[in-house]
Amino acid sequence: MSNSIIKVNHLVKRYKKAKENAVDDLTFDVKEGEFFALLGPNGAGKTTTISILTTTLAPTSGTVTLAGFDLEKESAQVRGTTGIIFQKPSLDENLTAEENVRFHCILYGIYSYRPTYSLMPQEYKDRLDTLAKVVGIEKEFFKPVKTFSGGMKRKLEIVRSLMHKPKILFLDEPTSGLDPLSRKSLWQYLMHVRKTENTTVFLTTHYLEEAEDADRVCVINHGKIVALGTPSELKNKWVKEDLIVEAKDRKKLKKELDALQLKYKEDGVIKIALTDSNAQKVIQSIKTPLTYLHINNPTLEEAYLEIVGFNTNQA
Amino acid sequence: MRELNAILTIATRDFIKFTRDRGRIIATFIFPFIFIGVLGGSLQSNLAQNAGYNFLEFIFAGVLGQTLFQSTASGIISLIEDRENDFSQEIFVSPISRYSIIIGKILGESLVAMVQIIGILIFGLIVGVPISLIHFVSLIPFFLIVCMLGGAFGIFVIGNLASQRTANQIFPFVMFPQFFLAGVFSPIKNLPLPLFILSRIAPMTYGVDLIRSVYYAGNPAYDKVVLFSTQTNLLVIGSFFIIFLVFGTFMFVRNERNR
Repeated sequence: MSNSIIKVNHLVKRYKKAKENAVDDLTFDVKEGEFFALLGPNGAGKTTTISILTTTLAPTSGTVTLAGFDLEKESAQVRGTTGIIFQKPSLDENLTAEENVRFHCILYGIYSYRPTYSLMPQEYKDRLDTLAKVVGIEKEFFKPVKTFSGGMKRKLEIVRSLMHKPKILFLDEPTSGLDPLSRKSLWQYLMHVRKTENTTVFLTTHYLEEAEDADRVCVINHGKIVALGTPSELKNKWVKEDLIVEAKDRKKLKKELDALQLKYKEDGVIKIALTDSNAQKVIQSIKTPLTYLHINNPTLEEAYLEIVGFNTNQA
Repeated sequence: MRELNAILTIATRDFIKFTRDRGRIIATFIFPFIFIGVLGGSLQSNLAQNAGYNFLEFIFAGVLGQTLFQSTASGIISLIEDRENDFSQEIFVSPISRYSIIIGKILGESLVAMVQIIGILIFGLIVGVPISLIHFVSLIPFFLIVCMLGGAFGIFVIGNLASQRTANQIFPFVMFPQFFLAGVFSPIKNLPLPLFILSRIAPMTYGVDLIRSVYYAGNPAYDKVVLFSTQTNLLVIGSFFIIFLVFGTFMFVRNERNR
């Protein structure tokens, strides 16, 4: 664990007047430069965990270290080295995009206070120029943010949060409420940034396809970790590959599958369970003419539903 | 140095938000209109002769103090809800001291309150309150002091409150009685003992009296309307300010993260 940038050790949080722990003895770490996704149903403890990691909530017990700084004792340093995209938009609608960025920069100590854009140093103006082009808002940069679309606003927030070059970027449901095109564009930008700056990305999301690209995924439920691993590991462990077939003569197909001793489910279509990637072998052994054939690779969403469903039944 | 930059930024942001919010600007001029124009006018016509001094002027000076105090206090009270919305979320996770955040916010709301004073001045001139502009300008530092007091009072009130809703419910109860106890519209030199005690422990009393003590300097009505000397008022205000600010900030910060 020598290059862990986030270390969480036996983290516990119980809210005032609560009977149970919202976060119950969480221990995990995140490596530098990693793209780490935290998933879980509502009420699982995700928001609590990320609130603690972003210093807006005090833990009940346990230790957290971010970029080598202790969360409780060195919170100012922790804040200086992290960037956060909040679930709720964090832009002032009546202020211009430039003002929103400028105030952020001054708060993080990158530049000194100046009441207007024109008085800011040239370096700042050059950086803004580049930023504005990247987000695609050169013309609107000096207009109030309320004239921007949802996707542009989010991009502006990300661009702003990177101005102080944080080592860790926390993203709390960054694309909720955005249309698919904006979401895609946002992620393209994020991944580009991650590559160029080696920023560690800590994500919570309900769009599981966003977590497919993560280096590691952690699923929590009822305040505890119920799964932790790469997306592939989770998918392989919790979901089997399926071969989906359909034939004009279903009865004949089923008879043949029984004869071949292939396990299958009838779920609107016929789903043949595959083991050890024997799709090719299975297809070759079926003689009945098929009208439909599809190899269904498990998705993280299917794995997630298994993990959470299983866990809920257990609990 | 970074803290000072942060304070200026937070204050500027607050001020800009106000100046770009037309609805808020209009709303802030309605109260003084009612107090000075409607109430002041009727009291002046009916009671001035018995009181022996210009009632319109009395209320005008009172409303100046009251507006500064209340406006800043109510601006601070929105801090609870504020920190979970818009840019405020950013402010609270940035690496600056919590004191800087609160002082910056008080400064910003003070500037907003000062803008309202201009409106009250114009209104006073229209209604016929005898003011000289030079005299008014000399009051400006004292205006700022009353603002800071109001802001510190605001943070003291919300220091222990968990929700914005509770704060909004409590606010009228801590503000409204002070309008009367502090002598904004009515003379309070002589009061029955229980009211006398309440009046003398209400912070707004000293804010309003500070403005009056400077406003009425050299005026023959001074002894009838002013309670304490300017120095006494400053001393009491200073003490209130430190106690409210330190205790209020400490509690606010502690409760911010301990939910």
